Amino acid sequence: MTPSITEIKVDADDLRIARLAAAAVGLALADAAIPMPLPGVKPGLANIVALLVLARYGWRSAAWVSGLRVVAGALLLGQFLAPGFFLSLAGAVCSLAALALAQYLPARWFGLVSWSLAASFAHIAGQLLLARLWLVPHDGIFRLMPVFALAALFFGVINGLVACRLQQEFMPEKPAP
Amino acid sequence: MLLSFLRPGDLALILLAAAGTALCFPLFWQGGAGDKLVIRQEGALFLEADLRTPREIRVPGPLGETRIVIRDGRARVVADPGPRQYCVRQGWLSRAGEIAICAPNRVSLMITGKDAPYDSLNY
Repeated sequence: MTPSITEIKVDADDLRIARLAAAAVGLALADAAIPMPLPGVKPGLANIVALLVLARYGWRSAAWVSGLRVVAGALLLGQFLAPGFFLSLAGAVCSLAALALAQYLPARWFGLVSWSLAASFAHIAGQLLLARLWLVPHDGIFRLMPVFALAALFFGVINGLVACRLQQEFMPEKPAP
Repeated sequence: MLLSFLRPGDLALILLAAAGTALCFPLFWQGGAGDKLVIRQEGALFLEADLRTPREIRVPGPLGETRIVIRDGRARVVADPGPRQYCVRQGWLSRAGEIAICAPNRVSLMITGKDAPYDSLNY
């Protein structure tokens, strides 16, 4: 490598976040490849990574991973700064806000599935709100609410369970009970 | 099994979310459901009826009686002396702005509601 004057110091945290964000981007691409009946309805597989990162490394890391995933995923899909990018950004921001609160739920009673549900519902709420305010300024868009809510419920539970399973498999330091 | 990962709070939250989702359907998809039936005869108001109370209404016109039935929050013309029976074949009306016209007998009925987006004649 050619030595450069402005060397960016990369510590272990950065490397870990980059690695996890890459995994999230991969899942986001897989997400986009799955055909769905309605635009905006997606499994949100990348959220599995966000959940695991939150459980293991805390909210700051999860926010980094999610943010990088949104930007890098959009770049790879050619969606950067397109409406879809802002929708997923709004969804991610709301998810992270929900997760910031959900992480303080008593762990004895609430696990990753609860986090996942909170994140998925916050995600559709953020998306629909931005769509209502900006893209489709008409209340008719809320007609989509039941479909999105159903998707959030279904994929929220599934992603939560997958995250639990992966946590048990790869992160035995914090075993699922 | 996967389900063994669920903690009590998770289950409760899933149920809550499912209930909320189920509630979404009537809440967001019945928007525009009408709540009143307006019957006009010769263009003049004949009767305003609540869609929630089932009843049968007979409206006299130049050709005879037009019979209208209200049931289950909907209304329809069940019998009309007109030759082509368009308003009878229109079937049940339930959404705000929906309309049936028995032109030969000069009777019209229209559903009104809180948020009628448009009336189907002027639209």
